[in-house]
Order: sequence, then C-alpha cells, then structure tokens
Amino acid sequence: MSNNSDTMDVFGFWIYILSDCVLFATIFAVYAALNANMYGGVGLKGLFDLSYVLTETSALLISSFTCGLAIMAMYKNNLKQVMLWLMATFLLGFAFIGMEINEFINLTAEGHSWQTNASLSSFFTLVGTHGLHVLIGLLWMAVIILQLLIFELTPVLRRRLTYFALFWAFLDIIWIFVYIIVYLMGAI
Amino acid sequence: MLQKLLLGNLTLEAIPLHNPIIMGAGLFMGLIMLAVIGSLFYFKKWTWLWRDWLTSVDHKKIGIMYIILALIMLVRGLIDAMMMRLQQALAVGDATGYLPPEHYNQIFTAHGVIMIFFMAMPFMFGLINIVLPLQIGARDVAFPFLNSLSLWLAVVGASLINLSLIVGDFAATGWLAYPPLSELAYSPGVGVDYYIWALQISGVGTLLSGINFVVTIFKMRCPGMTLMKMPIFTWTVLCAMILVVLAFPVLTVTLGMLFLDRYFDMHFFTADLGGNAMVYINMIWIWGHPEVYILILPAFGIYSEVVATFSKKYLFGYATMVWATASITVLSFIVWLHHFFTMGSGPDVNAFFGIATMVIAIPTGVKVFNWLFTMYKGRITFTTPMLWTIGFITTFVFGGMTGVMMAVPAIDFQMHNSLFLIAHFHNAIIGGVVFGYLGGFTYWFPKAFGFKLNETLGKCAFWCWIVGFYTAFLPIYIVGLMGMTRRISHYDAATGWHPYLVVAAIGAGIITCGVIFQILQLVISFKNREKYRDLTGDPWGGRTLEWSIPSPAPLYNFATIPAVDSRDAFWVAKQRGHHDKQTSNQTLEIHMPKNTSAGFIIGMCSAVFGFAFVWHITWLVLAGLVGMIATIIVRSFDMHTDYYLTLENEG
Repeated sequence: MSNNSDTMDVFGFWIYILSDCVLFATIFAVYAALNANMYGGVGLKGLFDLSYVLTETSALLISSFTCGLAIMAMYKNNLKQVMLWLMATFLLGFAFIGMEINEFINLTAEGHSWQTNASLSSFFTLVGTHGLHVLIGLLWMAVIILQLLIFELTPVLRRRLTYFALFWAFLDIIWIFVYIIVYLMGAI
Repeated sequence: MLQKLLLGNLTLEAIPLHNPIIMGAGLFMGLIMLAVIGSLFYFKKWTWLWRDWLTSVDHKKIGIMYIILALIMLVRGLIDAMMMRLQQALAVGDATGYLPPEHYNQIFTAHGVIMIFFMAMPFMFGLINIVLPLQIGARDVAFPFLNSLSLWLAVVGASLINLSLIVGDFAATGWLAYPPLSELAYSPGVGVDYYIWALQISGVGTLLSGINFVVTIFKMRCPGMTLMKMPIFTWTVLCAMILVVLAFPVLTVTLGMLFLDRYFDMHFFTADLGGNAMVYINMIWIWGHPEVYILILPAFGIYSEVVATFSKKYLFGYATMVWATASITVLSFIVWLHHFFTMGSGPDVNAFFGIATMVIAIPTGVKVFNWLFTMYKGRITFTTPMLWTIGFITTFVFGGMTGVMMAVPAIDFQMHNSLFLIAHFHNAIIGGVVFGYLGGFTYWFPKAFGFKLNETLGKCAFWCWIVGFYTAFLPIYIVGLMGMTRRISHYDAATGWHPYLVVAAIGAGIITCGVIFQILQLVISFKNREKYRDLTGDPWGGRTLEWSIPSPAPLYNFATIPAVDSRDAFWVAKQRGHHDKQTSNQTLEIHMPKNTSAGFIIGMCSAVFGFAFVWHITWLVLAGLVGMIATIIVRSFDMHTDYYLTLENEG
C-alpha cells in the first residue's frame, strides 16, 4: 500500500509542477507582449547589472546542486549529511532571494518601479513570481529541516524531500528561462 | 486614522440600507441562516455537523456538500435571472423598470459568475466526487485531504459573492470583468475586488481538484480496468480534469495581474502607461473557452451512461466516443479568439479560429450519432434521467448549430454582443450542462442517499425546464437578430422588442416552476424515503461498477477491490450470473484516511484573507495568510493521518 501511494503522490506532484509550468508560461507570454511598452521610459537594457545577476544565478544553480547532494545523502541514509546539504541549500537560496530583493529596491529607488510602465510591471511580476516561489521553497525547507530534527528520515519525510527536490529543480529551470529571456535577451 | 488601520476602507456606509431590494434579499438570507443555526442548536446537531460533515474527507460526503452548494447557488442565480427578465419586460419606453442601471449591471454580472463558477462547477465536482471513485473500483480519491480543502475553497468563494450583496457591492463589469472597465480608474468600488478574490480562492480549489482526479483516474483504477475499459463518464472526467490543470493557472495569472493593477498601481491592462487590455481579453478566453468544455464534457459522460443504461445496450461507438472527447479536449485550446472576432485581429487570424471552431462540430456530431444509435433498437425506458438526455440531444444540437453559425467571422460581426449570442450559449449551457447535471443528479441520487427520487415530480420538473427554456430563449434569439445588444436595462418602444421580452419573462417563470418542482421532489422523496428505498444497490439495471455495491455506498466503497476484464463490467457479471454481492468470509483491514479539520480551517482563513483584501485591511490580510500557512505546517507535523478500518465478516 505505502509503495503504491508513494508513486501516486509523486505523480500528483508532477501534475502540480505541470500546472505551475503553465502559470509561468502565461506570465512569460505577458512579458513578451508587454516588455516593449515602456511608454517613453528607459528600456530594461539600461537597468540591469549583468555581473550582479550572474552571481545571483550562480547562487541558485549551486543551491540546486547542494539539494541534489542532500537527496544523495538521503539515499545513503546519512541524516547528518542531509541536514548539512539542506542547510547549504537554504543559505544559497536565501542569498539568491536577498540579492533579488536588493535589486528590486535599487530599481525602485532609481525611479524604475512597477508603477512606471507596463514593461516594468511585467518585469517585476515575472521575476517576483519566481522569487515568491523561492520564498515558499525556503519556508518549506525550514519546516523539513525542523521535522528531520524531530522525526529523522521516516518514509514520509523521504517523500517530502523528494517533492522538495523536484520543486527546487523546477525553480532552477524556470530561472534559467528568466535569466536568458529577461536578462540576457534584454541586454542585447 | 485608527479606523483606517483597523478596518481599511470598510465603513457602515458599505451596507446599502437605503436599497429595499438588497436589504430584503439580505434579510431573507439572514433568516435562512438563522433558521439553519437555530435548528442545529435545537436538534443538538453541532457535533454531528462537525464530525460527520465539515471535517469529512469521504469523497461521497464531499460530493453531497458540493451539490448542496450548487443547488443553493442555482436558486440565487435563478433569482438574478428572473430579476433581469422582469426588468427587461417592464423597462420599455417611458417606464424605467424597477432596477436602476448600476444595480442591473451588478445583477447580470453576478448571474454569470454564480451560474458558471458556483453552480455549474460545484455541481460537476459534486457528481464527480460521488461517482468517479465508485466507477473505477477505488476506495477513495488520491488525496482525500486536498479534496476537502477544494470543497471549502469553493464554499468560501461562493460566500464572498453572497457577502458582497450586503457589505459593499459586486462587480458591474460583466462576468469576465474586461479591463479597462474593471480597472480602478473606472470601477473604483469594491465590486471587482470581490470578484477577483471569490474567483481566485475557488479557482485554487478547482485546480487542486483537477490534479486530484487526474491522479485518481491514472493511478487508482481497479485491476483489469485498462484505459479503454473505463466507463465513458470516467473518460470525460479525465479529459475535463486535464483541461482544468492546463487552463486554471491561466485564470490565476490573469486575475492576479488585474489585482496587481488595482492594488499596486501596475499597468498590465490599464488604458495608459503602456497597458494593453487585449492581453487580458486573450488570456481570460484562453482559460474561458476550455472552461466551457470542462463543464460540458462530464455532462456528455453522464448522457452516455444514462443512454446506455436505459436503452439496455452497450454504448454505440465507445472508441469513437473516447476519441471525440479527446479531440474536443485538444481543440478547445485553439478556438479562444472566436470570442472577439470583431476586435481587430485581421482576416487571416479570424479565418483560422473560425475554421478551428467549426471543426469542433465534427467530434460533437460523432457523439450525437453515437447516442442516437445507442437508442436505436434499444429497449428504452423513459425514466427522468432518460428524458433529460433526450431533451438534451434535441436542444443541444440546436444550440450547437447556432454556435457553428457564429463561428463564421462574417456572421459574428453581426451577432457579436447581441442577444443572439446570449441565446446561443444559454442554449448550450442549459440544454447541455444543466440538463446533464440534473439528469446525473437523479440517476446517481440513490447511490448517494439510498433512495430514489419521485419520478412523477421529476418528469414535471423536466417538462417545465424544457418548455420554459424554449419559451424564454427563442424570443431572445429573435430580438438578437433584430439588433438588441446584451446587458441593456432599458430600451425604446419603437424597437419592437417588448412583446418578445414579455414572452421571455414568461419562459423564465416556467423554468422557475421547474425548480420549484425539483425542490418539491426532494422534499416528497425524502418524506417517503422508506417507500423509495433502493435495497438492491442497482435500481436502474446499471452497467458500471458503482451499481455493484449497496446503496448508499458504504464508507469504504468496496469491501474487496473488484477485478474487471471488460467494459460495463457489472453488466457483464450480471449476464454471466456470477456477480457475488461483495460477500467475503475473512475479516478485512481497510486503509482509510482520518477526518481532518485542516481543510475547513484553511478555507475559513482564506475567507478572512479575501475579505480583508477587498477592504484593504492590511493586518487582517496578514492574519489570514499566517493562519493558512500555520494550519498547513501544523498538519504536516501530524504523521498519523490514516487508520485501518476493521471489517468483520458481514456476509
């Protein structure tokens, strides 16, 4: 029974990720439709610091790697290593979201807020929605770390770790699209 | 200042004390609630309500609660419809009717929103919940807790709309809230905010249900039930739920952006600073067109089950039925633009979407012929569900034809936004969706409650509905052709529309009689439930697995999970004469989910969250949010969410 319900739950999580893909696809579509509507303002091109974004991106990509290491450790039943790599993932994710918020604050302070024009509205919404997912991921990770301390590697927690790893990798993939479409293509 | 902090924009003026119609409606709702609460105290039923219903994760009970919600909202939506029909029948020439325009605008918006989101959707999920696990030989859905959460999110959405009647007002924008009208600049009140949060909250619930049923169907079918042996209702639900998973995120994003425009002064759809309203209109229909198929496909499934059962034949063309359903599923995503041919996409784009729309008539036609050939040479019994089905076939074919007419862009340029369109989609939705759900309700009622509904009153209801439908909507088609546009609260006598609109109002009255007959049917059948009790578990001579178990279905559905090797497995077993009545001689241990209050609590927190957002009460928004997150986290610490039910040998 538990084996059967395991595959069922993971399948359900995949379907959720599919629906989240549609969610991001829609926001990307809106971004594509509106990002040229600057209404006389500055184009996104002049606003980004690419090396800053690269550092931000590296933090998220490395966090995915450490998350993978945590799952490897889970397969080896090494609770200590799981905790270690999860905490590394948490810190890197935290660094990512901190850098993103900092970028948002700077843009707003320079007079390029989401209220300026449709282009910036869609930029803030696209990047912000990804950021919101990362934030939820961080909260989730914190709960899992706490539960690992209490319950250790039970089947339920193994399953939740698997979902979390899926979710985190998914956010990575979405970010790669954001990085290419918003930042790199925006900088051309 | 302090009041602003504590209550946001909420003041006593939000309650329209000067408006007798709204206060009357509010008083009526209040009295009903008082009566319900009073009788709960009087009969000391609070624990029963809490333990057996509100916290239940049993799919059959969740289904029943969904249908109760749907029926209540059906009555509310019907009252809105009657008010509109009455206004249009009265407000001609010098007479202005009894509704001021701003109130009339809210009523047609509420009617559309309620009928689609809070009548049809809960009705559909109610029927799916009750029937689907039984049809595939499963003991429950894949995620029982999520199922309960979905229900409560739907209830909260509906409650927010009903609340908007008394506290503040509802959107006056039409049921899809097109910008820039729905933007803050043109709709400064709270109406659109109620709209956004009612739909966002219930939309999340719908998405969760979609995921739940996709997984249930793919992973929980009983041994031997391959995809092409699934009952056709299961197939149509699978396709509809795939549409839910793919379409509802688009709605979430669209409404989310409208929210960002209104609350954070963004410029997605505003008329200035680079916003583009067409982005909204495209996206809302990329969700909206699949949505109508989400509603109609399960109805098609119901007709297929009913027509096979009451013709005592296998469904004609099972495989073509499946393929037709699957093609409609795919096609439903490439026709959205036909909702705005007139909005300047150019002839090439219009031609593509026009042709794609017409193509949908082909799989739909296949289905109609399948139903007809199923009846051909069958031994038909004219029970109420069968009447609904036959009524559907004629009515829906008619509605489909007017749809194909409007799929021609050149014709649509004439029809766009006219009452002809209104008549068309009511023809498809009443004749297709509502007839199907009401038929399915009668058909599966004994399985949920253990007794049949009174047939005579059911037939009276059917005849009132179908006669009322034609009386109401044929004149609407005609005034549409005469040039009457939708959403008009007053018109000139010289238009010549008045006589038709009087007939339409009479038709709506006949439909109301149908609903009264249905209420009467429920009351009388409940009173005589011993007489109508279904002792066999198979009151109609059914074909699929749900009829192989007793009525009402036991908590665990199947004592032993059945194994099947053909379509219409129960029918085949009966023909072979070796259907065992689920008697087993050993004691069984059945794995069951425990009831939980988490779904209900998260739902209530989401209600607080939505209400606080509508009135800009920041601290309460945060409280609602923290409440939801905290409930989820607390639940995640509970490692014992299931138990084993021991079933002694009863056979």
